[in-house]
Amino acid sequence: MTLLWILLGMSAVTMVPRWLPVWLVGRWKMPRWIRRWLNSIPFAALGALIFPGILSVEPDTPSVGLIGGLVAAILAFFRLHVLFVIAGAILTVVGMKGW
Amino acid sequence: MQGEQRRSWLGGLSAAVPIMVGYLPIAVTFGVIAQQTGIPALQTTLMSMLVFAGASQFMAANMLAAGAGGMEVVLATLVLNFRHFVMSLSLMNRLHTLPARWKLGLASGITDETFAVASLRIRNGKRTSRFFVAGLMLGAWLAWVIGTMLGHSLSRVIPPAISESMSIALYAMFIGLLVPAVREEWRAGGTALASMFLCWGWNQVLDSGWAIVLATVFGGIVGAFWMKEEEE
Repeated sequence: MTLLWILLGMSAVTMVPRWLPVWLVGRWKMPRWIRRWLNSIPFAALGALIFPGILSVEPDTPSVGLIGGLVAAILAFFRLHVLFVIAGAILTVVGMKGW
Repeated sequence: MQGEQRRSWLGGLSAAVPIMVGYLPIAVTFGVIAQQTGIPALQTTLMSMLVFAGASQFMAANMLAAGAGGMEVVLATLVLNFRHFVMSLSLMNRLHTLPARWKLGLASGITDETFAVASLRIRNGKRTSRFFVAGLMLGAWLAWVIGTMLGHSLSRVIPPAISESMSIALYAMFIGLLVPAVREEWRAGGTALASMFLCWGWNQVLDSGWAIVLATVFGGIVGAFWMKEEEE
């Protein structure tokens, strides 16, 4: 299989799952519990995306990612703009790696 | 009306800035790795344009470098990216009044990050037009594609130590989205914690793509029991 076909295949299996719900959603009246489930998906997704992935920021020293994340959480708690949250976390990681 | 559309586009683009800051170094890194793996510039750029899903592209480059077959790469991509199905289901449910071609276009731009920003904004009750979501996704997509091209062409100049420290950026953005939402509604934090715990557990036995899919689905079910229902 040539490289081009591989990447077209990758595109198809990534795009079709993104598109399917467009067809699904109008078609059927969703029961309440499914709506409640979909409403809580953003928070569940954020949780799953953050942990344990954050431990792999520095694969040999999981604490680097954890501490970077903690700094981000503290900055975010004080309602700093998300750009400062990101900058704070990057600086923390750069600092810890420089040690 | 015209002016309002333009404001929406620009609003979406500026909401994309934190995502772009997170994507650019990762896209550059991807371009560098693809170049070193021997994937030509055109194919590397096409992959970023047509797949637009970071983790799976890194994995593909890795697998190809290790001599994996095309079928394996495509299957692994399906597994890793299937989480977008659940995200799309959630977002399309919010946008169900839009015309189908708009929904198809916006669904194509769903990534972990664009989904998180768009759906939290809608949830918080901020007015979010289709143009805003389109601007958000277009900005993220451009950063991803341009970063990939930069990385591929500059691959010999960039010291790896720099791009490596940047991998915290996307996590910091997720945290920056989650924490204020938890301040508003502590149950959101409970849902996220449950899902973290589930994801950690599944990660011990499964591939991380599947762990994220399952934790999102089941963490969402946990959340469905205690989250307040909002009015349509």
